[in-house]
Amino acid sequence: MRARVFVTLKPSVFDPQGKTIVDALHSLGYGAVEDVRQGKYFELEVAADSTDKARSMASEVADKLLANPVIESYRIEVEGK
Amino acid sequence: MRFAVIVFPGSNCDHDAYYAAKEVLGQQAEFVWHKETDLRGADAVILPGGFSHGDYLRTGAIARFSPVMDAVKTFAAGGGPVLGICNGFQILLEAGMLPGAMLRNRGLKFVCEHVHVRVEQTDTPFTFACRSQQVLRMPIAHGEGNYFTTPEELRRLEQNRQIVFRYVDAAGVATEESNPNGSLQSIAGICGERRNVVGLMPHPERACELSLGSRDGLVMLESVLKAHAAGALAAAGSASV
Repeated sequence: MRARVFVTLKPSVFDPQGKTIVDALHSLGYGAVEDVRQGKYFELEVAADSTDKARSMASEVADKLLANPVIESYRIEVEGK
Repeated sequence: MRFAVIVFPGSNCDHDAYYAAKEVLGQQAEFVWHKETDLRGADAVILPGGFSHGDYLRTGAIARFSPVMDAVKTFAAGGGPVLGICNGFQILLEAGMLPGAMLRNRGLKFVCEHVHVRVEQTDTPFTFACRSQQVLRMPIAHGEGNYFTTPEELRRLEQNRQIVFRYVDAAGVATEESNPNGSLQSIAGICGERRNVVGLMPHPERACELSLGSRDGLVMLESVLKAHAAGALAAAGSASV
């Protein structure tokens, strides 16, 4: 089963990379892009017999390793068979 | 006095720390590979600078799971002095041994230059021999040194006097320009609640001899030596490792 984990900086945390990217987009003429937040994306192949189990496993590894709870939050999507 | 310098894959200031402890300070020093589980009777532990595990995922995020970190945590829990320099500081943050996290530098640049820091607290094993508000000139070299924590945690750090170093100008004043990376409140280094675990982004071990442009960093190693001699350190060493 595939779990996708999206890690981003919390809204309260300044994202210097996102800011640089949005500045670049504005200089390219994409003024309509008002904000960019850069994050990380992980695809986990999980051996689990239910989407709930895959989700809880993904959540556990996100808490433990993939995200730093001080500065980051995450969102999980699980794709069933 | 025996120093243990922990070596992670990707550490690159381990030899500088070893040299400073052994050759400059004249003490015993040993490298301890990150897969080891024993600190071999060390009296002080240094987590050196570098790029452990290639800085993959986040700086220090993988190194904190190294087997040796359990021994370092036990050593620290027993009151033993632990110094995290640069990547070593990042590892201490990721390991939860110090509060907060590192963000990319404001401006995204890898900053490699000499800076001034002001010693805010002298009751840690690594600032024991410093004067209060003493200004030290030491090099920094990092891309992720932008210290961040929550407002509540920041208040706790201030209340408990855990902010040990601040970036300042040569006159000792913290200004917007003297902050090289955007760190919250110009924080360059902090200590744990028990004060025996200290982390900082500047490199004292690279500022121990005049031929390196500054010997201001030596006072930090002399501090732990004096604290050790004065019996100011908890007898953590042999009991816990």
